[in-house]
Amino acid sequence: MAGFDKVVNTYEEAMAGLENGMTVIAGGFGICGIPENLIKEIKKMGSKELTIISNNCGCDGLGLGILLEDRQIKKMVSSYVGENKMFEEQLLSGELEVELTPQGTLAEKMRAGGAGIPAFYTATGFGTDIAKGKDVREFDGRKYILEESVTGDFAIVKAWKADRFGNAIYRHTAMNFNPMAATAGKITVMEVEEIVEPGELDPMHIHTSGIYVDRLIQGTFEKRIELRTVREN
Amino acid sequence: MSLSRDQMAIRVARELQDGYYVNLGIGIPTLVANHVPEEMEVMLQSENGLLGMGPFPTEDEVDADLINAGKQTVTTATGASIFSSAESFAMIRGGHVDLTVLGAFEVDASGNIASWMIPGKLIKGMGGAMDLVAGADNIVVMMTHADKYGKSKLLSECSLPLTGAGCIKQVLTDLAYLEIYDGKFHLVERAPGVSIEEIVEKTAGALVVPDSVPEMKF
Repeated sequence: MAGFDKVVNTYEEAMAGLENGMTVIAGGFGICGIPENLIKEIKKMGSKELTIISNNCGCDGLGLGILLEDRQIKKMVSSYVGENKMFEEQLLSGELEVELTPQGTLAEKMRAGGAGIPAFYTATGFGTDIAKGKDVREFDGRKYILEESVTGDFAIVKAWKADRFGNAIYRHTAMNFNPMAATAGKITVMEVEEIVEPGELDPMHIHTSGIYVDRLIQGTFEKRIELRTVREN
Repeated sequence: MSLSRDQMAIRVARELQDGYYVNLGIGIPTLVANHVPEEMEVMLQSENGLLGMGPFPTEDEVDADLINAGKQTVTTATGASIFSSAESFAMIRGGHVDLTVLGAFEVDASGNIASWMIPGKLIKGMGGAMDLVAGADNIVVMMTHADKYGKSKLLSECSLPLTGAGCIKQVLTDLAYLEIYDGKFHLVERAPGVSIEEIVEKTAGALVVPDSVPEMKF
């Protein structure tokens, strides 16, 4: 009896159903807290024409950056896409489309998408190029623009620990966009470092409730560091 | 003499108050953290989801799961909290951060700021900058007064695509500390040994110079 048990045993099962042209929302900030094995599975599957909604597009050869190698991404919705040569090339050659979105607006688009809110007003970007074509309204003497929320055919997220029901906890700033991304997928796939039995995690400490998680898999992670900065002892 | 980067940071640090929650942008603004007065408690917010950012880790402390908005490895300070990106920008957009310090390419006399994109150059994205300038009431822009060709960065109207409209009220450059209101720059302080003439010459936007403009002391 599966019941609330979300665990799948292979990455093939985890990403089953992903098709060309689908929209995938991915958690992570830079290469911190990224669902690295789920991304590798998408590369292996070779799905094309994907729209990826994620704060960044990884780096060359890392994270979502690997999906550029076989030109699997048609459109990227991100707040920052620097530090990625292949991204630059495909953007300049017109093979890749990018929709730049302010970071807080992107987080809120995911949150709202998962919460059943189709659009919201924000002051962010008012009077700038990103406000072009968007509805403007004044509230209490201040102007706001209407931003539409996002949802994905899939959401792929990385957490630290989860119980078999998908109740999950993130570790440090590897949380970032993952909790919102988890709510915004028609199918949400979560990979974690450790799966425990229901009841082992304190219900008061759960960041993402299992209701949002459709498939859960335990993986091993490289956890590469983009900028290793240290101080002397 | 124009201010060094460290002197700029020292001057901006004088805007800090005990108990302030502060967001420091990437680049020169991060230097402000080195000049928080010892008797003062300040918490640094990093928009990837950390309030209470500590110093860089030692080799042994490095943790791939703990980075700042510049993607550098960091530590948590005592009393820190960690949250999602949505929560982080709720703090920023909701006006809960007491002081935001960020860099810019241009600022104009209407308080517009351009800091994220130069047409013709590769576009990397605005990251959290648009949210930060829209959400914060108390923003200090830290930048050089003129670019490397001597062209003023304090304009009557920004020439580059905006990051935010009408949101900047304070600018600290290597030459002066200025406030923006009533559609004009107002000279408040000048760097030691920098003449008012030089500041006037390097400020393209409308500038109000009061009778007395004190020199900054270091």
